[in-house]
Amino acid sequence: MDENEVRLFFRNFKEVDLIQIRWHGRGGQGAVTAGRILATAGYLSGYIGATSAPFFGAERRGAPVIATTKLSSQPIRDLSQIISPNIVVVLDHTLFKSIDVTQGLSNGGWLIINTPDIINPSPKFNIVYVNATKIATDLGLVYAGVPLVNTPMLGTLLHVLPKIDLSSMHKALEYFFSPTALAKNFDAISQVFREARVIPLNNSVIKG
Amino acid sequence: MTTILDLPVEEYMLPGNRSCAGCGLGIGLRYILKALDGKCIMVVPASCLTVLGGMYPVSSVRVPWINSVFPGTAAVASGVSIGLKALNKENDYTVLAMAGDGGTVDIGIQGLSGASERNQNFLYICYDNEAYMNTGTQRSGATPRGVKTTTTPLEGKRHNPKDMPKIMEAHNIPYVATACVAYPIDLYDKVKKAKDIKGLRYIHLLVPCPSGWQYDPKDTVNIGQLAVETGAFILYEVENGELRLTGRSRRIAMGGKLKSIDEYLNLQNRFLKFTPEEIEEYQKEINQRWEILVKRDKSLQKEEN
Amino acid sequence: MKTILEKGPKTETQKNPKSYPSGTHIITGNQATAIGAYLSGVQVVAAYPITPQSPVVEELARFIESGELNAEFVHVESEHSAMSVCIGASIVGARVFTATSANGLAYMCEQLHWASGSRLPIVMACVNRAMAAPWSVQNDQQDSMSQRDAGWIQLFCRNNQEILDTVIQAFKIAEKVYLPVMVCYDGYILSHTVMPVEVPNAKDVQDFIPPYVPHTPIDLKKPVNINPVTLPDPRQNADGIVCHGYLEHKYLHHTALRESFPVIEEIDNEFKERFGRSCGGLCSTYKFDDAKIVVVCAGSISLLSSIAIDMLREVGIPAGLLTLRTYRPFPNEKLLQLLHDKKLIVTIDKSLSYGYQGPICVDLKSALFESSSDTLLIGYIAGLGGRDVKPYEIAEAVYETWDKYNKGKIVKRDLTEAKWINCKY
Repeated sequence: MDENEVRLFFRNFKEVDLIQIRWHGRGGQGAVTAGRILATAGYLSGYIGATSAPFFGAERRGAPVIATTKLSSQPIRDLSQIISPNIVVVLDHTLFKSIDVTQGLSNGGWLIINTPDIINPSPKFNIVYVNATKIATDLGLVYAGVPLVNTPMLGTLLHVLPKIDLSSMHKALEYFFSPTALAKNFDAISQVFREARVIPLNNSVIKG
Repeated sequence: MTTILDLPVEEYMLPGNRSCAGCGLGIGLRYILKALDGKCIMVVPASCLTVLGGMYPVSSVRVPWINSVFPGTAAVASGVSIGLKALNKENDYTVLAMAGDGGTVDIGIQGLSGASERNQNFLYICYDNEAYMNTGTQRSGATPRGVKTTTTPLEGKRHNPKDMPKIMEAHNIPYVATACVAYPIDLYDKVKKAKDIKGLRYIHLLVPCPSGWQYDPKDTVNIGQLAVETGAFILYEVENGELRLTGRSRRIAMGGKLKSIDEYLNLQNRFLKFTPEEIEEYQKEINQRWEILVKRDKSLQKEEN
Repeated sequence: MKTILEKGPKTETQKNPKSYPSGTHIITGNQATAIGAYLSGVQVVAAYPITPQSPVVEELARFIESGELNAEFVHVESEHSAMSVCIGASIVGARVFTATSANGLAYMCEQLHWASGSRLPIVMACVNRAMAAPWSVQNDQQDSMSQRDAGWIQLFCRNNQEILDTVIQAFKIAEKVYLPVMVCYDGYILSHTVMPVEVPNAKDVQDFIPPYVPHTPIDLKKPVNINPVTLPDPRQNADGIVCHGYLEHKYLHHTALRESFPVIEEIDNEFKERFGRSCGGLCSTYKFDDAKIVVVCAGSISLLSSIAIDMLREVGIPAGLLTLRTYRPFPNEKLLQLLHDKKLIVTIDKSLSYGYQGPICVDLKSALFESSSDTLLIGYIAGLGGRDVKPYEIAEAVYETWDKYNKGKIVKRDLTEAKWINCKY
């Protein structure tokens, strides 16, 4: 290999089986918690490597926030920020207006959106969409006037990450919620899982 | 009321210590430790008191003594008291934090304010010699207006001192008092009372300093008494918001008369040479403060009636 | 050293915190810290909030307020007071803990020296964050590196498991050698990132750490004056016994640090025997034995670097990794023994001794000065103020160095000046 080939090799070097998920939400919506629950559910489903991190820095209520989750069959060594995610989860469809949520999302990646109407910004991605706000509101998952869509949206990922099932999701929730809150959240996840519309691109399914 | 005959004979200060000739601090500490029956753990920052306590490996004081950094007195005392609580030994000792005026009203005020807000369980005594004496008489936040110090060498201090007892009162702690080493029984009674109160107790103790105030060392008690008799320093205590003049100040308020301030100023070389107008101004301020405190003391009015 | 027997941390069998029964939890580094302090039977916690440390004290406050942890929490008004409270409580015999970051650590500075000079076994988490100015709440290691001369033991953690395990080990080390221990870990990268962590059983931890026996006796019958003014020269006490001068006290302090190497290693080994995990003792290695170019670093960047090593190996470069766990005392002999026959070393510092090079680089150079070999050491600076570091950037830095070395192109400047990774100036 010549120098340029070596550099290219370094830059394209991927650890095996690494799934990178980026969450977009607004401060207070609970993107960070959702990421943590997913990491827990992932670990309980056999992903030995499971990490989740907030955007590094101060978080402001209502402003766009990012959280990230990594899942792998190996312990995760790369704790740097996610540049090219396989999956992007958007908790608030109004974010499309202000930021480029699909930045770095690879072709054939998954774009998951909480939205009342289908949004398909690019034919390059697999799409999952659901009206989690309505489901959360109907189930009374509302805190301080804000429908809590973070946990319900975990239901969408069950379509994309087949290794994680509803029962491991339930187990993960036990680490985060009291029994009453757990039941409500689990109902919401189950309903989101049922109602989510999956539009796969060439029927691609994520490995893992 | 305690008389000199009621004082415990046990001494907790050993004969001979490293303080200056005529230093008022030794008088104060002697009575404080008697009032606490020696059952205390002292916390002391860098100050004249550190010097008095002695240099390693000898000590002039017969109680456990923990030295602290300059700004850390109140927080270290908090730690000692909370540590004792964690070990179920809280009732075995009085934690006595004792810092100078600079260590209290200047560099130590943040920690003391925090500890007061938390109402930590210790007795804090600020011994006020009205400047940074240990480092060579530099101006502090407690130095009176018109005093020449090594950092106000020509013009004298141009600002009034902080009213620290008033600041401590504003923290709503259970006990605030002032005392002067020239009236040791008054001090003794206050420490004894403070000992039995839980929470943060504060005593502001005036300590005349012959080297810093520049007077003949034999005059320490005279100067301390004059400070009280002229109203330059007023003896009182505040419990649950109720202020009560005590000792000599109380007797003056109940029928005596404040001495003129120039008597106090003239005995010390630290003050600038004031003009008669300036002295009049000084006197006016002292009278005003005196009247405010006398007015606040409801018990005086009751006794008069 | 004089000792008196004090009441141990807990007489009743301690239970795990309710939310963290023993087993694997997916938790942040800050949670791991709080659980570690909890399981170690801490009796007094005094801390002041600062990003990114705050969740540590929030979690401990929750343990204490809920009654799960029988300890005192002191809501101090500053970091200076946090360390002051720890000092006071430790002197009277309580097991104490605090945590801070960056400017908070700097604000404690004089008390750091006081704590170590008093030989108090205080354990503190330092959640590594950049020092202002300008403001940054993000990660680098400038805060703890700036305090390397404060006389503390400094241990760096690579991941959240090591944080929990190191906090537990830290209490045991501290109380054995009578020195405070700073457990350092990267802000956000570890403090706010969840990952699987095995939470041990409280009873096992309790058995692992013996009760704290303070060396600062508080006794009304035999009162002592702790840390009074001490003269330069030895001096007789009242019984005519010659006692140390200031210089001898400092000699003893330093010697205690130098003699803590085997203690740190033994306690890590003992921990491994009991819990099945090691934190690396003084330092750990990866693909090291046959390595001809070695990366040396501390903290979570070690994980990234191990990926870089894998990359380099794939393109045929014999790279290896050495991770410093114990930074103070500096394990110079151990490093000399490991590195004496390595020709090429690349250090990666997440901090800088301004006006010179990275602290790890400089300390390693002085350690290797005793080596007769012709080792070349290139010092890189990376990740200041939270700048994201990618494994490929480390691989490229090593690759460049290796390439230059083989072409005989390494110049004096490469060896004497800090080299910056991903500096866009």
